[in-house]
Amino acid sequence: MFAKGPSHSTALGPGCAGPPLANPQNFGQAGPGAHEHGSHQPSCGAAPFAVDASMLRSAGSQPHKHTQSPYVTGSSVLGITYAGGVMLASDTLASYGSTKRYKSVQRLVKVNETTVLGAGGEISDLQYILNMLDDLSTEDYCADDGQSLSSQELYSYLSRVMYNRRNKMDPLWNSLLIAGLESGKPFLGSVNMIGVAFSDDHLATGFGSHLARPLFRKKHRPDMSEEEATALIREALEVCYYRDKQSINKFQIAKVTTAGGVSISDAFALPTKWEYQAFVDPTRDAVGVW
Amino acid sequence: MLAPPPFRLHTPASVGPANASSDNTRSRPAWSPYDDNGGTCVAVAGSDYCIVAASTRLSTGFSILTRDCSKLFKISEQVYIASAGFQGDVRALQKMLQTRNVMYEHIHRKPMSASALAQLLGNNLYYKRFFPYFTWNLCVGLDPEGKGSVYTYDPVGSFERVGFSCQGSGKDLIQPVLDNQLKAASPLVVPAKDWMSALPLEQAQDLVRDAFVSAGERDIYTGDSVEILTITKDGVNKEILDLKKD
Repeated sequence: MFAKGPSHSTALGPGCAGPPLANPQNFGQAGPGAHEHGSHQPSCGAAPFAVDASMLRSAGSQPHKHTQSPYVTGSSVLGITYAGGVMLASDTLASYGSTKRYKSVQRLVKVNETTVLGAGGEISDLQYILNMLDDLSTEDYCADDGQSLSSQELYSYLSRVMYNRRNKMDPLWNSLLIAGLESGKPFLGSVNMIGVAFSDDHLATGFGSHLARPLFRKKHRPDMSEEEATALIREALEVCYYRDKQSINKFQIAKVTTAGGVSISDAFALPTKWEYQAFVDPTRDAVGVW
Repeated sequence: MLAPPPFRLHTPASVGPANASSDNTRSRPAWSPYDDNGGTCVAVAGSDYCIVAASTRLSTGFSILTRDCSKLFKISEQVYIASAGFQGDVRALQKMLQTRNVMYEHIHRKPMSASALAQLLGNNLYYKRFFPYFTWNLCVGLDPEGKGSVYTYDPVGSFERVGFSCQGSGKDLIQPVLDNQLKAASPLVVPAKDWMSALPLEQAQDLVRDAFVSAGERDIYTGDSVEILTITKDGVNKEILDLKKD
């Protein structure tokens, strides 16, 4: 028995509900109906072609080894920079389809003294990635020269790993945030399952890209204090928790600061309020429903 | 028997919930190795300058991923690549070209010229003909006579040298304006006419600014800001022009 596949938006990455693909656009050439009036499809963020999962199965009786859909998944990860540091936040849930299967999975991981990694998407792929990063750290340790990979180097490395696996049609089904210090300055980067990589002052994966980033765009400043940053990220977590059904009220916040290195908080819950009219009576203003 | 390729052309019929497909062997959302992250690049060649400009918004679908992601890539002091399309492929392509330029410098003790890079880029795009880099490129620089040179590509490596070009999500809006304002001579005219822009530098820069501001009004994938580089024999001038953030 398998879990029903979660409704991922391939365009936005794991943990984000929505149509699987935004819109087909065959190498930028407008197909039939591309300019059809009233078609509310984006003309971009599109897939020139999609992979037919059945074609990836190995010949004969060998089991196929390509991830065609994720099984145990984590939802959004949020990240913001602030004066003297950078923080990531996520809940601790690993879902099996729509089942809240594992409720205490740490999805924010310390990679070294200047970097933390936050991951959404397939948890087994995350564990594989962490094994690779462990090997890198071991090499740094064996060299015994006091050097370790910087957060930007790890970001670059992960972007190549994700892109390479995408090239093999065997993606690691994750959206990653990499947070750390680069020459003493906060660094925050994002890599997704097909190798799109970018950095910004504030980032979010999955549902968070719809729910948290508008809040960040409104309230984030790169020079905000740690207290302000914590308040902002808690607010964003609360909003994500209210609207993302694949999330639980059990969160962790990871920080990398110029002062104290990497710290990952214990899991905590946020105070919630469910008495809002829209929650109590969700169909109040919706005519024609019951 | 030859195995069918693991691809299925993504036709409009397959838009919508993946389960809507009548083919019940496919019950999961299909995965695509491609995305289109939008963005627009423009280049104009003059008799003693070359302008290359690109918007900085990175999008997917109806979402903005970031407002500040450069599409311009410096190969050497006077040679640049501008790329729109799938940002994962763009990064891979940039990284490869940079590596090849370092190797070239070790062998030849000079950076690649725009024409050398143009040919290299064409070859490498065609090398991936059957799993293409989904990138729309412009290769710009100055030629040995100091004239501006612009090479324009399709994703699978067809390219030609032109006097000006536009690529990416805003090209449908901008290219006709450039055609009109820069009045490229028809290649059928005999004797052949120079297709180089006759505009003075300042007017060409104004044209590029106007082109991006206009495209930003109608193309949701062009916005936030545009980087405008002006390459002359004296060096490179970089201007960042803010566009609308909506």
